[in-house]
Amino acid sequence: MKATVYVTIKQNVLDVQGTAVQGALHSMGFEEVGKVRIGKYLELELGTTDKAEAEARVKAMCEKLLANTVIEDYRYELA
Amino acid sequence: MNFAVLVFPGSNCDIDCYKAIEDTIGQPVDYVWHTADDLSKYDCILVPGGFSYGDYLRCGAIAQFTNVMKAVVKAAEEGKYILGICNGFQVLTEARLLPGALLRNNGMKFRCHQAVLKVENNTTPFTRDYAEGELINIPIAHGEGNYYCDDATLKELQENNQIVFRYEAGNNPNGSVDDIAGICNKAGNVVGMMPHPERAIHELLGSADGKKMFTSILSTWREKHGAAAIR
Repeated sequence: MKATVYVTIKQNVLDVQGTAVQGALHSMGFEEVGKVRIGKYLELELGTTDKAEAEARVKAMCEKLLANTVIEDYRYELA
Repeated sequence: MNFAVLVFPGSNCDIDCYKAIEDTIGQPVDYVWHTADDLSKYDCILVPGGFSYGDYLRCGAIAQFTNVMKAVVKAAEEGKYILGICNGFQVLTEARLLPGALLRNNGMKFRCHQAVLKVENNTTPFTRDYAEGELINIPIAHGEGNYYCDDATLKELQENNQIVFRYEAGNNPNGSVDDIAGICNKAGNVVGMMPHPERAIHELLGSADGKKMFTSILSTWREKHGAAAIR
């Protein structure tokens, strides 16, 4: 089973990378771009076929290491 | 008084911390590798700056799960003195020994220069030789030193006098909330800061204002343990 994890800076926390990229896009003429958010994309190969077990384990991984929940949100997909 | 300077793969201010202890207070100091699991012989633990584990994933995120950090958590609970500087501060927040987190600097730049700090709390074991409100000149060198915590945590920090250093008003280099440059835990024995006092121990380095961090900790320890051997 494979987990895809997305980690993003919380909406109410300044995303400096996103702001820099937004500025660059505007200066290139893409003025239609509103807020830009940049996050992390992780692919995890899991040695299990049990979806419930995988879900619990991935959630624990996110809470403990992959995201810092003080400043970041996370979501994941299992396939 | 025995000092430990932790060394993670990627630490690069460990030698500066070691030398700062030697040169300012002349106490026994050891480098302690990240795989060590026993810190019982040390009275004070310094978590140095650098890029532990390459700062992959997030600054300080991977270092928090090392053997030595488990020993640091235990030492903190025992009331031992712990100082995290720059990446060390990031490691202490990731390990939840200090609240909040460090974000990228809001000006998008790595900032590397002298900064004027105001000593807000001179009752911690690391700041007692400073005067309250004293302005000191300590270098900063960070790209991710923008201290962040939510409003409730900030209120708690303010009410418990846990803000140890602030950047001089109008000169916040990274956008940290409430101009915070350094904080301590509720008990006061764990201090974390982005500026580098170990790089400010001699006028030749541009400032000697960091010296008192180290003399403070020795005088605190001596007061608690009676006369200690000094060189």
